Amino acid sequence: MNFEKRKDLLGLKDMSREEIELILDTAVPMKDVIRREIKKVPALRGKGMITVFYENSTRTRTSFELAGKYLSADTSNLAVSTSSVQKGESLKDTIQTIEMMGPDILVMRHSMSGAPHYVARNTRMRVINAGDGTNEHPTQALLDMFSIRERKGTLEGLKVAIVGDILHSRVARSNIYGLSKFGCEVRVVGPSTLMPPEIERLGVRQYFDLKEGISGVDVINVLRIQRERQHAGLFPSLEEYAELYMLRPEHLELAGDGAILLHPGPMNRGIEISTELAEGPNTLVNEQVTNGVAVRMALLFLMMGGRRDEIAA
Amino acid sequence: MRLLLKGGRVVDPANRINTVTCVLVEDGKIAAVGAIPGEEGDTSDTEVIDCTGKIVCPGFIDLHAHLREPGYEYKEDILTGSRAAAAGGFTTICAMPNTNPVVDNGAVAGYVARRAREVGIVNVLPIGSITKGQAGEELSEMAELVQAGCVAVSDDGKSVMKSDIMRHALDYARMFDIPVFSHCEDINLSADGEMHEGFRSTVYGLQGIPAEAEEIMISRDAMLAKLTGGRLHICHVSTMGSLEIIRRAKAEGIRITCEATPHHLTLTDEAVGSYDAVKKVNPPLRSEEHVAALREAVASGLIDCIATDHAPHHIESKDCEYGNAAFGISGLETAVALVMDRLVHTEVLQLSKAVALLTSAPARILGIEKGTLTPRRAADITIIDPDEVRTVDPRRFYSKGKNPPYKGMQLRGWPWMTLVAGRIVFKEGSVMEMKL
Amino acid sequence: MQLRDKIVIMDEMDMKRALTRISHEIIEANKGVEGVALVGIRRRGCPLAYRLADQIEAIEGTRPPVGLLDITLYRDDLTTLGTQPEVHRTEVYFDITNLTVVLVDDVIYTGRTVRAAMDALMDLGRPRRIQLAVLIDRGHRELPIKPDFVGKNVPTSREEIISVMVEEIDNDNKVVIQELMS
Repeated sequence: MNFEKRKDLLGLKDMSREEIELILDTAVPMKDVIRREIKKVPALRGKGMITVFYENSTRTRTSFELAGKYLSADTSNLAVSTSSVQKGESLKDTIQTIEMMGPDILVMRHSMSGAPHYVARNTRMRVINAGDGTNEHPTQALLDMFSIRERKGTLEGLKVAIVGDILHSRVARSNIYGLSKFGCEVRVVGPSTLMPPEIERLGVRQYFDLKEGISGVDVINVLRIQRERQHAGLFPSLEEYAELYMLRPEHLELAGDGAILLHPGPMNRGIEISTELAEGPNTLVNEQVTNGVAVRMALLFLMMGGRRDEIAA
Repeated sequence: MRLLLKGGRVVDPANRINTVTCVLVEDGKIAAVGAIPGEEGDTSDTEVIDCTGKIVCPGFIDLHAHLREPGYEYKEDILTGSRAAAAGGFTTICAMPNTNPVVDNGAVAGYVARRAREVGIVNVLPIGSITKGQAGEELSEMAELVQAGCVAVSDDGKSVMKSDIMRHALDYARMFDIPVFSHCEDINLSADGEMHEGFRSTVYGLQGIPAEAEEIMISRDAMLAKLTGGRLHICHVSTMGSLEIIRRAKAEGIRITCEATPHHLTLTDEAVGSYDAVKKVNPPLRSEEHVAALREAVASGLIDCIATDHAPHHIESKDCEYGNAAFGISGLETAVALVMDRLVHTEVLQLSKAVALLTSAPARILGIEKGTLTPRRAADITIIDPDEVRTVDPRRFYSKGKNPPYKGMQLRGWPWMTLVAGRIVFKEGSVMEMKL
Repeated sequence: MQLRDKIVIMDEMDMKRALTRISHEIIEANKGVEGVALVGIRRRGCPLAYRLADQIEAIEGTRPPVGLLDITLYRDDLTTLGTQPEVHRTEVYFDITNLTVVLVDDVIYTGRTVRAAMDALMDLGRPRRIQLAVLIDRGHRELPIKPDFVGKNVPTSREEIISVMVEEIDNDNKVVIQELMS
């Protein structure tokens, strides 16, 4: 009912709470399927899904591919580095070529914000944004929310701290948009140079001090820090970053009882997260990976309902 | 050969005329404005044009257009750019030098001037580059450029980052009494920016360009203009802070003028939210408070003139990912309609003020004898139908740049007829070309 | 879409009697309930499966395990529906391999639901045998499927709607033929 009018999934910014709830609810039985000996249901038999990643990410791509396969969709990947993109083909032409091969759904990642929005306007295929530039990474936020809800029973009213490079993080943005719709108190923690301008107007609070930022929270979502940012002069060194923002076991004690730790992976141990914590019992990193497949199955299932021509604008 | 423009409201701000009357054109020159003696008599050799309900103005002047020729004819050339100007109500346009090769010597400047005369639709005045190859390192041969017809120098598209070079440019230009048109952008601050930095860049996840990237350079250039006594003209002012700097510089007596574009006066950075690359422009569309300040400054006279920054691009540079798209808006053919619809009809600007911003003001900046309906001047005349309602349709553009951000927008008030030296170059929606 | 009750085919007592008889038949057919499990098809097959388990326990003294099956992901009409139906959990927390599984549903009609349920069941393990118990058989089969235990055979036209109401979901226990209000 909620997905009737939806052709694409480009971000959580413009998604309703009801739609998000439907995805999370649908992901519960999907997770059961993954745990079975026979991990396959015929729901999307005869549907085609293609992944196109203009930016490397084997794990997200594999997660989508498995999600599709578990639902019996035919999945395929366009390896961008070996494709004609290298020969200077425009994105529009690449997408049109793919469309003519007949898949129903296009999962794309791109280094530029808004690229999936541009593609969605130019194709009848349904488009799922698997991360665009520094804009959104909706399925990562959905799996984070699923993981939190599964462990905490609810999202309502939780305090969530997102720690790291908020400025360049599409994971942070999607989490902020998603969690805010469930009445969560979202905090962003990181160096001032890695805070986007006027971030508090999104209804979050910013903290430069790690201890202050995570005290009393239910969930800590630690972001990956990239070395390029140091070269851009945004902070002096990874060592100093680690000194100020690396999550250590003592930090977890500052957070609320039973606080949990998330990380979108891959982790830089010893930089944004200490090894002890990375392997600790409250760290959901591995669970997040499984949940990622479940959430993507839910999404693929919900989005492949109905006939394409009815929805395409 | 006489031409009588009859029954229109004649708005000639430089001569303080704003009344319904006649304009008589003879041998390509303005012969008279006002009740024409003998009008009732012998009209056998006079073509009479009924301008009832229209506004008759001096021909509009655009200080800032990119015609792309030589070198980038796939984006625009002097012929299509001239047609676009005529259709947009402009009788004189300045051609920016960021071509290939750059207009940094007399030969290239001469080519532009010659080609424009050959095309013969509107007046095209070349602008030479400040530095050789616009590389920001060595001054171009300014005397030679002026000799070849250049009316100003500019490295537009790029900032002259080296303060000493900019100082010398302002200083040297004094000898020729030409203005230096400055594109103000600290490129270390703007870096990989793709939109205005602020709340919306946070929401859209696009790299921001802070207002300060522009303001810092305007401050520097104003100080250098003070130091040298050179004439500084600031291109496409877009921020509140820039206006404050310019206001103070003017109060100090520094020789500084500035222009604002129709898009910065009418659109905000919210437009970028669709990631539609036709909204990508440099300086970027700013947030509401900046736009409000610009509109106020254009009304108060702090902003000296309106210029289009017409930046046509090939479709492939715009029909692509926002991040990969070129900066720029095709503006010649919508400028007047935007000014009429969004500024005059909404009473931000009085009509005569708007006309001044497009005529006498830019003429004064260039120091050319245009922009008025003074008798014996060349009869460059723009006639506007203030009530024509039309929807912006880029497919109908004369420009090769089909990249306006206003597609589908309904605007009221469009150019109705354009005359250059007494010859009708645009009427009834069509550009009239000379038989070559 | 408003519906109006046309005829009540079964009231609460009728339903109870039918379920009691089916319980006896299941026990009889399987010579006891050793190695028998009940799996209700969501939604209304589930409360019926629990009721059958209650009855069987009352008769035999042993309660067969009960599982719940969601067949949404196995439906054959997913690609033609305007929007995807809600998916719920399958809750079969015992190994069905080598068991006799009695699928329980409220109504059998075209047989397509049962086809989907059998496929879903097969993905969970390899039962020794699958049997089918339904409260109502309204005919119009489109697949070669025949229930083993039937509460009541009700000849219907395709235009009629048969509704089984159970207290757990509908706050009432009855079976009615409904028609669209014009």
